[in-house]
Amino acid sequence: MKTSAEQALSAAYECARATLPGKGAVATLRADAFKQFETRGLPHRRVEEWKYTDLRALMREAYPIAPPPDAAAKQHAKAAGDILAGTDCRRLVFVDGAFAPDLSDLKPEPGLSVESLAESLANGDALVAQHVGKTFASDDAALALNTALMGDGAVIHIAKGAVIARPIHLVFAAGSEKPGSVFIRSLVVVGEGAQATIIEDHDSGAAQVNAALELIVGDAAQVDYLKITRARALHVASLLASVGAKAQFNTFAFTSDVAVARNQNFIRFAGEGTSAGIRGVSLLRGKQHADTTLLIEHAAGHCQSREQFKSVLDDEAHGVFQGKIVVKPHAQKTDAKMMTRALLLSDEAEADNKPELEIFADDVVCGHGATTSAPSEALKFYLMSRGIPETEAEALLIQAFIDETIEEIAHEGIRDALKFAALRWLGARE
Amino acid sequence: MAFLEVKNLHVEIEDKKILDGLTLSVEKGQVAAIMGPNGSGKSTLAYVLAGKDDYKVTEGDVKFNGESILEMGADERAAKGLFLAFQYPVEVPGVATMTFLRTALNAQRKTRGQAEVSTPEFMKLVRDTASHLGISQDMLRRAVNVGFSGGEKKRNEILQMAVLQPTLAVLDETDSGLDIDALKIVADGVNRLRSPERAMIVITHYQRLLNYIVPDVVHVMAKGKVVKSGGKELALELEAKGYAQYAGVAA
Repeated sequence: MKTSAEQALSAAYECARATLPGKGAVATLRADAFKQFETRGLPHRRVEEWKYTDLRALMREAYPIAPPPDAAAKQHAKAAGDILAGTDCRRLVFVDGAFAPDLSDLKPEPGLSVESLAESLANGDALVAQHVGKTFASDDAALALNTALMGDGAVIHIAKGAVIARPIHLVFAAGSEKPGSVFIRSLVVVGEGAQATIIEDHDSGAAQVNAALELIVGDAAQVDYLKITRARALHVASLLASVGAKAQFNTFAFTSDVAVARNQNFIRFAGEGTSAGIRGVSLLRGKQHADTTLLIEHAAGHCQSREQFKSVLDDEAHGVFQGKIVVKPHAQKTDAKMMTRALLLSDEAEADNKPELEIFADDVVCGHGATTSAPSEALKFYLMSRGIPETEAEALLIQAFIDETIEEIAHEGIRDALKFAALRWLGARE
Repeated sequence: MAFLEVKNLHVEIEDKKILDGLTLSVEKGQVAAIMGPNGSGKSTLAYVLAGKDDYKVTEGDVKFNGESILEMGADERAAKGLFLAFQYPVEVPGVATMTFLRTALNAQRKTRGQAEVSTPEFMKLVRDTASHLGISQDMLRRAVNVGFSGGEKKRNEILQMAVLQPTLAVLDETDSGLDIDALKIVADGVNRLRSPERAMIVITHYQRLLNYIVPDVVHVMAKGKVVKSGGKELALELEAKGYAQYAGVAA
């Protein structure tokens, strides 16, 4: 039997299918994805990958698809993405899921092209036709729903060898305060040897968001991808990445002030000799819930990946980390290490950590670890014995715990902005 | 009244009696050595003075500068001028030594109602002290004690002491794990801080450290109390005869 949210989602698709952007192959892609969703329904706790985030139970209702933003909504969206307000970025703004060129920095830059996904789908754009829905095969139902209903998003192409120094800041803002749902799909293709920093920043207010970003990293490219998530309603996001040979690929997820957020990352190392850092920090309080799920596929040998995720959980917050590293039979000399650590600031907070390794090659170095603990009494005493009062000592230790991971971000401005955001979160602690 | 007065102190941890009526006074300007076999309660005394709350004081009192400190938190005691150099300094990942020193110094000054130290003044103080102790700029930038050798950790303790300028310093087995060169550097750092305005308690199992930090008095602890006190020659006597005569057990 369908839940009311599932019924609403089916109705939304039936109602929107004629007007959703893209005909022909795109319409078929949508129809197939929708069929997949219809068969599976919303993922629930008996679906292993969703064990700790029971979407069927958590999603009581599905909001209607948000209408295109009006002038007031655009005005309201101007303040969004303020964590990086002081950082020099190319700001590309999407309001209630729709691209807002008038709020975006579209100054031309050699080697960089920026389009709207809705337009590209409607135009039958070749890049979109080539990649959308093909970056990483997955039968995930939330992703299928995104594919079926994808509205707008960014299409970014960075030409071979281009060095885009200024980070590209994709701001997904809430315009309307009315509860609506948005289905964002973005595509980022980084050519061979190119360099770029991309930030997917969701400041999504009361909207239900289902976002997906497909990222193709060319051989020898250097790509930093960051995701900032703040949301007062349900937020489900998928990263689908395929990384070429000899590339340098780093991701960082900053999650704080969310209601229920799920960040799922499907990353494939498809070429040899790549090195990658997949990292993130979640800061949660109240009854907030954040789930980070990784599927890291080492499909080519001689790649190094470091996965490091931390969460700080206060009050009754719930942090989930599920990380699976798969090493394919031919991916010899893979070097993968995954670490997840949760810091519990309250007896009622809960952390679920589930690291997994699936290794089919015999000459690899792989490892994982997980810790969950309260702030160390021994450390606190050491700090206090130097004259630092207890609350300050604890704050310093939490800050250090968070900063250790934020420190890995290469871009200084973003690094400092996220450290500051973490500090502000700590400062709001009661 | 002495600068530090420990009177009939009884301390338990998890219902096990560690200090059993310990009485001790230390005068301002004095360097007092506390020696004793393993398990005599030396480190417990250090922790209880510093304010670690795992210990339960069942009887007795500790007066520092005329004030009872047993009800004070560790941070408050530090601001009053008490300092413990740890036997096993802990690693504090993510907190740079420089930030740590500055946060501690300013927290103490704030509690004492003093203004924050100015940046140039602070930098000069740390740099000068660090260079005497052979602590590099790189170590100051690194997280407190993370990846430091045993000797580096002990030197870092002395650096903290020199920056915080306590009036009562308790050094808990500062010599343990040090080779002779490191021991000399650490002892030299301690000796620089000897002053008529400062008292020091040097806890050690071996006499060796006392060749470099020459004490004014030596107290011998056994089974949770001070069993003998004397001049620096007492340390040499212990080195020759061992602790067996006091504890009834081999040292």
